[in-house]
Amino acid sequence: MECVLELRGVSKHYPGHHAVNGVSLNLARGEFFSLLGPSGCGKTTTLRLVAGFEEPTSGEIRLNGSSIQHLKPYQRNVSTVFQNYALFPHLTVRDNVEFGLRRRSGNHIETQVRDVLDLVQLAGKESRRPAQLSGGERQRVALARSLVLAPDVLLLDEPLSALDPNLRKQVRAELKAIQRRVGITFLFVTHDQEEALSLSDRLGVMNKGRLEQLGTPEEIYLRPSTRFVASFLGAVNWIGDVGVRPEAMRIERAPSSNGHRSRPATIVHSTFLGNCVHVDTRLSDGEPAVVEISRLGDTFAPGESVHLWWEPADELRFDELRQFDELHL
Amino acid sequence: MNRLRAWFLAPTWTVNIVLFLAPLAIILGYSFLTRGVYGGITAPWTAESYQRLIDPIYLAILWRSFWVAGASTALCLLLGFPLALFISRAGRHKNFYLGLVMLPFWTSFLVRTYAWMFLLRDTGLLNTFLQKLGFIHTPLPLLYNDGAVILGLVYGYLPFTVLPLYATLERLDRTLLEAAADLGAKPWATLTRVTIPLSAPGIRAGAILVFIPCLGAYLTPDLLGGGKSVMIGNLIQNQFTTARDWPFGSAVSLVLMAIVMVLLFVIARGEGEGLL
Amino acid sequence: MKPRGTGLAIYAVGAYLFLHLPLLILSIFSFNSSRFTVWEGFSLRWYSAALHDTQLTESALNSLIIAVVATVVSTVLGTLCAYGLWKRNSRPLAGSLYLSLVTPEIVTGISLLAFYQWIFRFLRVQLGMHTVILAHVSFSIAYVVIVVIARLRTVDATLEEAALDLGANEWQAFRYVTLPAILPGVIAAALLAFTVSFDDYVITSLVAGVDSETLPMVIYAIARRGVNPVVNAISALIVIGFGSLVLVSERLRTT
Repeated sequence: MECVLELRGVSKHYPGHHAVNGVSLNLARGEFFSLLGPSGCGKTTTLRLVAGFEEPTSGEIRLNGSSIQHLKPYQRNVSTVFQNYALFPHLTVRDNVEFGLRRRSGNHIETQVRDVLDLVQLAGKESRRPAQLSGGERQRVALARSLVLAPDVLLLDEPLSALDPNLRKQVRAELKAIQRRVGITFLFVTHDQEEALSLSDRLGVMNKGRLEQLGTPEEIYLRPSTRFVASFLGAVNWIGDVGVRPEAMRIERAPSSNGHRSRPATIVHSTFLGNCVHVDTRLSDGEPAVVEISRLGDTFAPGESVHLWWEPADELRFDELRQFDELHL
Repeated sequence: MNRLRAWFLAPTWTVNIVLFLAPLAIILGYSFLTRGVYGGITAPWTAESYQRLIDPIYLAILWRSFWVAGASTALCLLLGFPLALFISRAGRHKNFYLGLVMLPFWTSFLVRTYAWMFLLRDTGLLNTFLQKLGFIHTPLPLLYNDGAVILGLVYGYLPFTVLPLYATLERLDRTLLEAAADLGAKPWATLTRVTIPLSAPGIRAGAILVFIPCLGAYLTPDLLGGGKSVMIGNLIQNQFTTARDWPFGSAVSLVLMAIVMVLLFVIARGEGEGLL
Repeated sequence: MKPRGTGLAIYAVGAYLFLHLPLLILSIFSFNSSRFTVWEGFSLRWYSAALHDTQLTESALNSLIIAVVATVVSTVLGTLCAYGLWKRNSRPLAGSLYLSLVTPEIVTGISLLAFYQWIFRFLRVQLGMHTVILAHVSFSIAYVVIVVIARLRTVDATLEEAALDLGANEWQAFRYVTLPAILPGVIAAALLAFTVSFDDYVITSLVAGVDSETLPMVIYAIARRGVNPVVNAISALIVIGFGSLVLVSERLRTT
């Protein structure tokens, strides 16, 4: 697969603080790639390094095979959708979308603008100003403004975080559809794991400036390579050194058989969440474990003694070396 | 980007250095030289100008400047605080009332000082009015004294206290006042125990914003004080025109600058936030 | 709180009267047909006298020319400076500009006079309009910087980044994105610089030449000699003129 963006050992150091530490990754053309991590992990800084607003302390950034880390933002064929959209308030929607095209010499500006506004479903709103648009509409203008320039990579900095929660799922789906349609490579930054898992072809999990794991959503969720990735991507119950996800556990009244693993536990409390039930339990050593069960199954009373079952294949184990690494991060 | 930025700052730097800092450096130098026979400057280098400042005449002027500036500042704060309080409670019309305070300030300072001459002269409005009503028979000497100067300064700089006081009062957490009332404090007590102490930053800012210009005032004591109320500003002007004693005038100027900068440091230590 | 509310309101009325009455009275008496401080009837004779006095009109023209030139220069320089400081602060420059604001005018004035006299040893120039204009530019810049920087602080810093991202270079980003956003503030600053320059007496009187008398200098001379109703008329005109400029400026500053 053709590699459109490559980061080789990219680092960004500030005095006393390593924002990005030796990050390497390849983006394939047409891929939807996400950088996922908690705030402060360096994902936004990495994005800004690719965009050209910061220069890396070391490492290389290659776009279509050529080094770009020394180029200014306006010399790179990448475009950014900012977290706050950064729409020019004194310009109309049309002027905003045209802005980049006007910096280049070229014809057919009107057609290009019309086409991209159709794509994001904003046709008819060309003469409005940003202040007259809703949050979702503003986001689409920002998207259109960058897409119309046909960048090699489109950079998106948490574009959904400013939206109403109920709007987010819908916009998420639209975004994915647009990406599939135009076939442009997306580099998407977020701290929301559900977003990253649902949107990405591949994703990278970052923590404290380092890239902890790179892979498909399934790989990362089912086979996390570090404790951090395991607990960031979903809930984990730690039984000693071994982790088991709540949805991988079952609650039975009998001790296990057939090669299942099991532990005895006491029910503490059940919480009805609508589509499922979370059962808080306590293991014999006092540690808590949460089990996710279908609301259609058995109910359990507080204080009941039960057994927790899971498959060995669902266990998450981490080697000593990795844990040692974590301590030094 | 940094090169572009340098081009943006360079012209202002040039103007500032050539037309502000260099002249100050020059009078710093002049203060240590000697007065020429026909005015102007000659060698030798001496600190004589500074020594002359110790003379009681000049100390009296310094003292008067401090007391006039201090009285003006105090009055500005006393008069400005209730006004700022009123504006901060004015709800929707706050900006209107604030503008109403600032408006006279931005018209000509000269005209506003002259207005008081018009009112206070022997043949001015106030005296004519009082004589006509029979309250007095000879005009009151309202003009050409320290009081008139203080009045003129207060009139000129009152908005300088209203603005920072209003800014502080506006940001005051109303729930603190409600808490005080809830705990049993009557309105006057809330004012003196809660509102005023919490306004301290605004009071400090306003005090400095008024005191410094008052200390260095020239026009107001000149027009409203006549020759009777000589302040530092008048002394300096005199040395550079009539008396033609540039070294001495420079020395007085630098002493004034030194006082101003000391006051600013005191404030900077207390606040940490500048105008720019 | 009600009783104290009324008391405060009464006080406020008094305070506003204190602030505005002197100017109002002055303006009213500018229409007085008598030259004494007793009202004798409505007349425009003092306005007529003012407009026919060549010294007044010439000095007013001088003031206008000086103010316009000084305003244009200081607004351009000050706006660029504010933009540079907004991108990255320079403590020395900010500090020096602040110092120029708080330095008493008399000190600024005499230091400029001394500076000019020293320069005149090397160049064959005299005090005149140009020395006044330069002086006005010097003290106006700080005012412009303050107003424009305040306006810049309301501008979203990521807008320029977006412009760069979309292909504009640094100058284009300033010209097409930031400048339009701050233009009302720049105009407000220009109006402010104009009023400050037009009204200046202290510094101007020290560095003006024989043939570059300004209106404040003439007013001062007349006022010193005694209360002259012509001054009342000019004062009223100035108050209305400045007042309007300032109102427009405030409106612009906060759009």
